[in-house]
Amino acid sequence: MYVYNDFDEAFVRERVAQFRGQVERRIDGSLTEDEFKPLRLMNGLYLQLHAYMLRVAVPYGTLNPSQMRQLAYIADRWDKGYGHFTTRQNIQYNWPKLGDVPDILEALADVGMHALQTSGNTIRNVTADHFAGASADEIEDPRPVAELLRQWSTDHPEFQFLPRKFKIAVSGSEHDRAVTRAHDIGVRMVRNADGVAGYEIIVGGGLGRTPMVGKVIRDFLPKEDLLPYCEAIVSVYNLLGRRDNKYKARIKITVHENGLETMQQLVEERFEAIRQGFTGFDQELLTSIEAAFAPPAYVEKSVDAYEAARLANPAFKSWSDTNLSAHKAPGYAIVSISVKKHGQTPGDATSDQMRAMADIAEQYGHGELRISHEQNVILPHVHKADLPAVYAALREADLATANIGLVSDIIACPGMDYCALATARSIPIAQEIATRFEELKIEHEIGELKIKISGCINACGHHHVGHIGILGLDRAGVENYQITLGGDGTETTAIGTRAGPGFSADDIVPAIERLITGYMKLRENEDETFLQAFRRLGMEPFKAILYPPAEDKANAA
Amino acid sequence: MPRAFTPKVITANALLEGDAVWFTADDTWSPNMADAELITDEAHADLRLLEAQSRQSEIAGAYLADAKAGPNGPEPTHFREEFRTRGPSNYAHGKQADNASRT
Repeated sequence: MYVYNDFDEAFVRERVAQFRGQVERRIDGSLTEDEFKPLRLMNGLYLQLHAYMLRVAVPYGTLNPSQMRQLAYIADRWDKGYGHFTTRQNIQYNWPKLGDVPDILEALADVGMHALQTSGNTIRNVTADHFAGASADEIEDPRPVAELLRQWSTDHPEFQFLPRKFKIAVSGSEHDRAVTRAHDIGVRMVRNADGVAGYEIIVGGGLGRTPMVGKVIRDFLPKEDLLPYCEAIVSVYNLLGRRDNKYKARIKITVHENGLETMQQLVEERFEAIRQGFTGFDQELLTSIEAAFAPPAYVEKSVDAYEAARLANPAFKSWSDTNLSAHKAPGYAIVSISVKKHGQTPGDATSDQMRAMADIAEQYGHGELRISHEQNVILPHVHKADLPAVYAALREADLATANIGLVSDIIACPGMDYCALATARSIPIAQEIATRFEELKIEHEIGELKIKISGCINACGHHHVGHIGILGLDRAGVENYQITLGGDGTETTAIGTRAGPGFSADDIVPAIERLITGYMKLRENEDETFLQAFRRLGMEPFKAILYPPAEDKANAA
Repeated sequence: MPRAFTPKVITANALLEGDAVWFTADDTWSPNMADAELITDEAHADLRLLEAQSRQSEIAGAYLADAKAGPNGPEPTHFREEFRTRGPSNYAHGKQADNASRT
């Protein structure tokens, strides 16, 4: 993976030193909170309900074992022994003390990490397919491009005060695992009619208050044009985007209000004007970055032990059925480690678990780890012969839950348990749903189902693209949960439709149970997923299940 | 017609730890909401908020939050403010842990 060069190293260290001075001046009273707030946000430091929160960037979700161990060390030394993996492939610490944050940033710099541009109206951490470089359906590893975009966007002088935050996602596969259509810019690698690889550029997607599916602004962009083209898009948005109303400031609104054609025309004009300035150095840089992402030295060995373990151990078989994905190299598999044990907080890993995952990655996974936007941890390259040992080590660390893609593999934002913006809690709802379906023992029977929960309209929990989305709101001083159905975050992106009135905190879990058991009766056969059944049948039968007539309710009770 | 003024407390986050604190009648910050000054007059509330906000080296983000009188002092009326007196629901962290270790 990419290793900081002297420039990166010096830049990050200098920013840490600057922030150390800013924190000192805040503590000694020479800076007010109003003066300090933009400075701390530039370094990923938020102030939440119960404490500060530090959001650390995990660029395109890629970590090596020593970085993961350092995250564990930070959790132990300066936090409460755990970290929270987020839906943007970052990690958040919920309990840092202000005076310790410069030391934490220094510890991150020691392993080539930082918290820059994880907040504020800048280009945020570039996210990527968490199976990048490993997946069988991949055209090319998207991470070199993501790294190029990271270097270009970090401290880019033109883009430090955009109308609003700006999120870019990159995917190198046919199958979209990076939710590219719900980003300000989505970059999807495609092949043209001649078989040449290039990018489909999507613009103006986003969730939040006004969810929009991104639109294709260029269906085929030659690879060498990526940076000037992205710069043209952000540049047009920087001038055209609204600064009068925070809720209309994202590029999705700019595209919506001005129309795709106008955007296209302005972007192409700007692109023509600036492309000559990109003299090819970016491509030289990309070539050197690509070398850092060379595939690991795959080995060949017998998979007999794997097949034998599947036959001998039903728990291993169940885990390997749900938590493995197809790898491009023969004999290999991609392992998804569920950080969603039933009843636990989605995305939370203890420092011991982080160290265990680092050890496993080092011993069996060619030293690579990924954070997925679904808040799980990925071992992208594991030989099948090693899977029984990996499984045993994961069990030891309480990380062997076999639920990837199932009802308990829930995305949930921190919600009102931590977040100052939240209107309701999301974590307890996720915990209760997972616990309930574990009691019922039907999640494997239910099959693929994505539940996503947000604790406010900003949609960090991606509820709009959940097959079942749950949105927590404050209704007259009481937590209330709205259900949306039919959302989809893949290459067939769709925004879910609201089913009807919301449910109280006590009623939401029974409502979800009723909905899912109802679906099992409605489906044509066991292979028809919830989303397929919804698409075939439409909202009505599901609405009837969620909102039974009053007399039925009385009889049932 | 303007809405009737409801009782308030002044609350903020402590500068160093970031935990929730409440402004008391004798101009100190308490980690315990029951110690807060319950303000029933709107003009007094505005004045006290200015005073609280001027204590920049102690806190960040002071604001007025609805509250009601309870047997031991002011109590929250909204669930958000109630969570701030306690901590998160997924772990025994924050004030609930501090309170438990105190008793």
